[in-house]
Amino acid sequence: MTPFTPSTSHRGRPRLRYLGALLLLGLLALLAACGNSNSSSGGTTTGSGSTCPSTKQLTGAGSTFDNPLFSKMFQEYPKVQCGINVNYQAVGSGAGINNLLQHIVDFGATDAPMTNDQLNKSTSGPILHIPVTIGAVAISYNLSGVSQLKLTGPILAAIYEGKITTWDDPQIKAINSGINLPHKNITVVHRSDGSGTTSIFTHYLSAVSSDWQSKVGAGTTVNWPTGVGAKGNSGVAGQVKNTDGGIGYVELSYVLANNIPYALLQNAAGKFVAPSLDSAKADAESFSNIPADLRFYIVNGSGDNAYPITGFSWVVVYQNQSNSDKGQALARLLWWMVHDGQQYAQPLNYVPLPDTIVSKDEAQIKAMRCGSSACYSGS
Amino acid sequence: MSQERVSLSKARQQWVGWQRMLRVQRPGDLFFRGITLLFVLIVLGLVAGTAWILISNSLPTIRRFGFSFLTNKAFDPVHDVYGVLPAIFGTLMTSAFALIFAVPLGLGASIFLVDFCPRPLRLILAFLIDLLAAIPSVIYGLWGFLVLAPWLHNAGEPWLQQHLGFLPLFTGQPEGVGYLGAGIVLTMMILPLIISVSREVMLVTPIAQREALLALGATRWEVIRHAVLPFARVGILGGVILALGRALGETMAVTMIIGNQANEPSLSLFTPGYTLASVIANQFGEATPGLFLSAIIEAGLILFIITLITNILARWLIASLQRQAQGSRGGRP
Repeated sequence: MTPFTPSTSHRGRPRLRYLGALLLLGLLALLAACGNSNSSSGGTTTGSGSTCPSTKQLTGAGSTFDNPLFSKMFQEYPKVQCGINVNYQAVGSGAGINNLLQHIVDFGATDAPMTNDQLNKSTSGPILHIPVTIGAVAISYNLSGVSQLKLTGPILAAIYEGKITTWDDPQIKAINSGINLPHKNITVVHRSDGSGTTSIFTHYLSAVSSDWQSKVGAGTTVNWPTGVGAKGNSGVAGQVKNTDGGIGYVELSYVLANNIPYALLQNAAGKFVAPSLDSAKADAESFSNIPADLRFYIVNGSGDNAYPITGFSWVVVYQNQSNSDKGQALARLLWWMVHDGQQYAQPLNYVPLPDTIVSKDEAQIKAMRCGSSACYSGS
Repeated sequence: MSQERVSLSKARQQWVGWQRMLRVQRPGDLFFRGITLLFVLIVLGLVAGTAWILISNSLPTIRRFGFSFLTNKAFDPVHDVYGVLPAIFGTLMTSAFALIFAVPLGLGASIFLVDFCPRPLRLILAFLIDLLAAIPSVIYGLWGFLVLAPWLHNAGEPWLQQHLGFLPLFTGQPEGVGYLGAGIVLTMMILPLIISVSREVMLVTPIAQREALLALGATRWEVIRHAVLPFARVGILGGVILALGRALGETMAVTMIIGNQANEPSLSLFTPGYTLASVIANQFGEATPGLFLSAIIEAGLILFIITLITNILARWLIASLQRQAQGSRGGRP
């Protein structure tokens, strides 16, 4: 035994030395990493357009609803406008507004217009709202044996308030004649995360129910009187699918892409309308009295074919651009987004902007200032 | 007398040894000590920084709502009124649920692994349990959402209600998601942690102690009861605290199955609820600067404080257990 003891103590030391060496290596690696990142940000890396003289980077952040459309748009844009790369981060509408207010991004994207409170927080002057696409919210449900459910706004509000709790409630029966509604509890599903979808939905409920408006109100997050919350469109759709007797509100593009059953909803004209790209566009077109700042909700439109739970998604930018180069590039990008960029909306189940809105958008983009002149130089 | 002198001189020798170690400072040692000290300071700085950020950013809601933030049920950005009572209750409720089920289960499993399990099987089982501990929480959440919640909604909760409905725990409408689902998922998540830690500390129980008891004619249970558990209890408690920490802070899995609804605190396990961590995870993305953001950060601060308090209580418990053990050991001879 004894001859082995010194050898064990010898074995101990090199191990320590290894440890020290490892620590040193780690520190060196850290230093090297720092050095690297410095040098790489200094050098210019060219994007996909190899013939372009220089590459400008525009960054945006915000709405997750816009993300699939923006991904396509910003993938296509460098092909038509040489040398502009757009980096968009789908961090959520609220976070996008925060990022814009903190000057972290060049533009924000949001499914709910900024409040006066938020606008007042701007340290760089006025902020412009530019609608870029339209979203609609479908009411999805899971009721075995019922394939074509009809609902009205007041009934929907009562369900979400917890006043109507079973599917065979006389009010639901009255508008669904000929359908055998089961005596089953309604499981109300709402979004647990703050979202523009919730904002559009609760604005609709507020528009059709004064009770809802006074007790709950509208916003990206509200204090839900009843139900269960699930995260994201997929969470709500999944929860409804899991629960016989479930009802939830889901973004239309998600519903269309995944073939989820939805209810027909009675619009302001008294017609029962299915959610679709056309009926959402019809709703947007039915508004003629548009405020100049374009901060407005288009729920419960008046047309015969209008689907009532519809809303804009906006890009928000500073009116006074501090960097003229970037400001001009941004204005050109926005112009493209509301014109040629709209061609990518329909294939991705987004509602293209009606002409009435596009002309308003043009005015907003032309109002952007780069120093003493307008940012947008085209016609 | 002579015994005392021997121990005294031993102590003096030790002291002199310490002194020498402290006085003779080789540059390498100094450098090494400096480096390690730096690392400790970095950790301390991180904790202090976290606390500072949490407190300074939640000042608006602390000033506005004060204590009512803890007792108000509504978390209402529309009217700018915030309270996190349901979330505090949900955090404590689901963690307590998980501990109540995971501790006995975990202890039982680790006793089996250490004392009764054939060696080859033990290696396989231990490997599988460690694997279970390494599964990302979102996978548990998906399982909870896609498998557990529908099953609870259609079969589990109606059955409980039918047979045990007289208990307040099983009243209300079965929704599938809620405290029960979240508690079960949390139990599953912390179980491997408790098993791993208790197994490790039970394995190092001195063989001599076990053999002594066996020689006295003790049964296996008595060996475990009188030799293994007293020896391992501090370590086991340490494992339980780790597990509690995970349960309190678990975000993703719980968010997916707790139901995310700010209901009045209720004993019913079927109630959809909230936890502090899921409030933060759900609301942060859309939170606007001002009271809303401040309320979310204050929820984080409260979670931080709850974790701190449970950790302090646990340390104190461990310390008193250790003192007890030392006291009884010293008193015996």
